[in-house]
Amino acid sequence: MSDAPGGGGGAYSFSLTTFSPSGKLVQIEHALAAVAGGDTSLGIKATNGVVLATDKKAPSLLLDTSALEKVAPICPNIGFVYSGMGPDFRVLVAKARKIAQAYWKVYGEYPPTKVLVQEVAGVMQKATQSGGVRPYGISLLIAGWDAHRGQSLYQVDPSGSYWAWKASAIGKNTVNGKTFLEKRYNDDLSLEDAIHTALLTLKEGFEGQMTENTIEIGIVTCPTADQLVEKPGERLPPTFRKLTEAEVRDYLAL
Amino acid sequence: MGSPMEYNGGSVVAMVGKDCVAIATDLRLGQQSIGVAYNFDKVVAVNDKLYYGLPGLATDVYSLREHLRFRVNMYRMKEEREITPKTFTHLVSSSLYEKRFGPWFIEPVVAGLPQPTELDPHPKPFISTMDTIGCITTPKDFAVAGTAADKLYGAAEGLWEPDLEPDDLFETISQTLLNAVDRDCLSGWGAIVHVITQDKVVTRRLRSRMD
Repeated sequence: MSDAPGGGGGAYSFSLTTFSPSGKLVQIEHALAAVAGGDTSLGIKATNGVVLATDKKAPSLLLDTSALEKVAPICPNIGFVYSGMGPDFRVLVAKARKIAQAYWKVYGEYPPTKVLVQEVAGVMQKATQSGGVRPYGISLLIAGWDAHRGQSLYQVDPSGSYWAWKASAIGKNTVNGKTFLEKRYNDDLSLEDAIHTALLTLKEGFEGQMTENTIEIGIVTCPTADQLVEKPGERLPPTFRKLTEAEVRDYLAL
Repeated sequence: MGSPMEYNGGSVVAMVGKDCVAIATDLRLGQQSIGVAYNFDKVVAVNDKLYYGLPGLATDVYSLREHLRFRVNMYRMKEEREITPKTFTHLVSSSLYEKRFGPWFIEPVVAGLPQPTELDPHPKPFISTMDTIGCITTPKDFAVAGTAADKLYGAAEGLWEPDLEPDDLFETISQTLLNAVDRDCLSGWGAIVHVITQDKVVTRRLRSRMD
């Protein structure tokens, strides 16, 4: 414990990700600790869409929060939100966007949510096994829509494990958030209901005032049949989008 | 030595009907003017709703067919679903464009019926074709390729009409192919026709002039 350079954690803490004799990968546990300390994010799957929401607290009043981006569109049908280390998120977003475009180049359509999730989970898993790198210090919530599976919500952890959720929360207060979601969730929740439930859940344990500047929301909306008819020279409308500050303000006022 | 596109000979044609598609190929494999085999099937099934033909240089027919078999099997496992005709066309196209500066000498033709879904309960029959570097064309009537392509155009323009039922489509595509390949030294020697409908595929082998 004490003789490792740089402080506690034991003999395995500062080497590359290596099994401890008890079968744990301590680096991954540290990564999960980084996630657990991060701002709360949550996602809820509804009957006609998905909502992603996150706490976007600025460390200083002087910070221009409109330039902070925690909910990121990856391709027209998929969006990410994270808890944990911001810089690691940006790296993964860049990689995910590249994966989505590479898929588009081959198949002429954007990847189904599950396929992108598997690719990104693969990127995160690699960081637990490759030389000279550390695991990503974030968990992701991924929301998307595709013709095959419809709307879906996934969580990806630093280990590269992923799950499909009806609703989930990551970051600070995960336990409280999940308990709250378990009470509020039901299988015939509409997207509007889900957005309000997301705001209520975020409000639990929210430090300070919840405004359009201190939270961020992204939504997936399931397209109708005629929205999927390709018009010549036009692209299909996106199914994932971020809510504008004005829209967030309206939802908070209700 | 002439163009690799004319070295082995062979032609493929696909046609759209009413809730059905057909794809047909001749069976000749040659070495320039010498006939080598009359059992060279250039049309392959991806699944029971999607077929494609690869007319062109025979060695590339084998290689590209194996490449596509690999890509489609990987797709099936990764995506846990069958590939749609449109997506498959893009896959073939990008496989061809990958070899932009040393191309496969093949002009593929794709024919398939998309699976009905909740959002699109009555999908349109789909055909497409590409040049050797993967530039896609998606006609609403018919697609032709191979050494008899110019003759196939003429015959198809004259015989094809909209909304043909499976039996009439079979007759139309068969006559189109047989009459076109009879005017082409490098195609012919028998033919195979597939008519794809939502509930079955009818495959027939045609006998033709052997000279």
